[in-house]
Amino acid sequence: MMSKVSALEITRPQMAGSESSHANSLQAVRLLAWRNALARFGDSRLSRTLQYVVLPLSLLALWEFLCRTSLVPAVSLPSPIVVASTLWQLVREGHLSVHIYVSLVRVMQGFSVAALLGLILGVAVGISTTVARITDLIVQLFRPIPPIAWIPLAILWFGIGEASKVYIIFLGAFFPIVINVIDGIRQTDNRFVELANVLEVSRWKFIRRIVLPGALPSIMTGMRVGIGQAWACVVAAELIAAEQGVGYIIVDGRELCQPDVVIAGMISIGVIGKLMDVALKFLEVRLVPWKLHYNGE
Amino acid sequence: MSMQLVATNGGGEQLSLRGVSKRFVVKGKDVLALQNINVEILPGEFVSIIGTSGCGKSTLLRIVAGLENASEGVVELNGRKLDGPGRDRGLVFQEHRLLPWLTVWDNIAFAFSDASTQEARELIRAHIELVGLTGFEKAYPHQLSGGMAQRASIARALVKRPQAMLFDEPFGALDALTRIQLQQEILRIWQTERTTMILVTHDIDEAIYLADRVLILSNRPGTLKKVVSIDLPRPRQRSSLDFARLRKAIYREFFAEEETLVDYTI
Repeated sequence: MMSKVSALEITRPQMAGSESSHANSLQAVRLLAWRNALARFGDSRLSRTLQYVVLPLSLLALWEFLCRTSLVPAVSLPSPIVVASTLWQLVREGHLSVHIYVSLVRVMQGFSVAALLGLILGVAVGISTTVARITDLIVQLFRPIPPIAWIPLAILWFGIGEASKVYIIFLGAFFPIVINVIDGIRQTDNRFVELANVLEVSRWKFIRRIVLPGALPSIMTGMRVGIGQAWACVVAAELIAAEQGVGYIIVDGRELCQPDVVIAGMISIGVIGKLMDVALKFLEVRLVPWKLHYNGE
Repeated sequence: MSMQLVATNGGGEQLSLRGVSKRFVVKGKDVLALQNINVEILPGEFVSIIGTSGCGKSTLLRIVAGLENASEGVVELNGRKLDGPGRDRGLVFQEHRLLPWLTVWDNIAFAFSDASTQEARELIRAHIELVGLTGFEKAYPHQLSGGMAQRASIARALVKRPQAMLFDEPFGALDALTRIQLQQEILRIWQTERTTMILVTHDIDEAIYLADRVLILSNRPGTLKKVVSIDLPRPRQRSSLDFARLRKAIYREFFAEEETLVDYTI
């Protein structure tokens, strides 16, 4: 498309023909060539990659600048280079991978239970108004309570071992999943409900072939929000007498007054959370191939 | 193939509507949508129902399909009172209403409680062929054109061998050429299957081209205003003089006498 336009534009000044306008037209051609090159660059892979990293890199540069000029004292915000070297040290000594592994196991345990129970309760509530009435008050009352508020009870009930940490993570992931599953089911297209009536399909088939596939995009959104919440709760969970885990790195860094260690822990959580979201997004595209996504312009 | 379909088909059945009325409650007010509709539709007959938008023609079809209940009156199929939807009637909606997550094959197979039997598989295959979608069994609805998707939905309604086929403005969303093509397909299917057909439309040409009788509904409340028998021989010529005469007659039922229709044929 672009090249067609440029070809037309280039021939036009040449058709003018006269000597005096020759220089002008040459200039116009050069200008167009530049504009085309710029437009091509705007669509190129390199440009898109640049757009992706320009904001993080600028923030990083600003951060480094603030530290270099001592506008911010190093005790409250160590420079990115210091944080990077701390992070590298954690990686090199093999500590970080162990911490990440321990947290990952906890998150996956809590999230799996939340996903399973959330799906079961969500489908039950979504389909049956009776179940919805029975559970509504409890769900709505418990939902606003932040998982961190559960820590005292979690310790009393499950001790200071793994179970209490998994419980906190479970709480964080459970509610977003339930709410999104219910929402997805309630948005079942009424036209397909009519179709099921006309074709006299069984209730089980109606749920399996119409309700669940229709709710799948919403269910996947619930899973993505849920896993994000699960990672957000890891720090809260590892406040409970943890000796390992990414949350523990942060707690430990705070107690020893090492902000670089705290930031290294924060970065680890951010990166893993992003990777998990990418994985779930990939899964969503695979599971919901019929949905035509609006990807922005 | 078509021989086999005829052999397994019981043929159409008689459909009777007796004193059918329908009331809706809109914002606390009682609205009469349909009033005292009496029609006998003969076995294997093709009937078009035509009316302006909002006259209740779709509601009438939905009552026959069993998706709505008549406030008064009864609908009978071969003397049996109808109550709710049933496999004896196939309904084609205005839009294709295919499930986006199922392939063409699975969408048509959706009509069967068990589509894995030899008999069901053979019927599905035969109906995909009947609507001309052979080779597209594995395609998803979003990969089909509007006309192809509507063909698939016709196959889905036909595959359980209903005695009556109900069409609710099935070609309204299609372009003119595809519409004509699908009208011919419907005729071909009707002529091989001899199923009783009821077609709701707002397209006068479509009603005349397809039907043995055209039922004209009046507006609010919908009453049976006039029944026009279409005695034209088939295949019908849309450009013929008789066709134009019928078109004019039906047109006059909707618009005042002085607004004369531009006659393309003379």
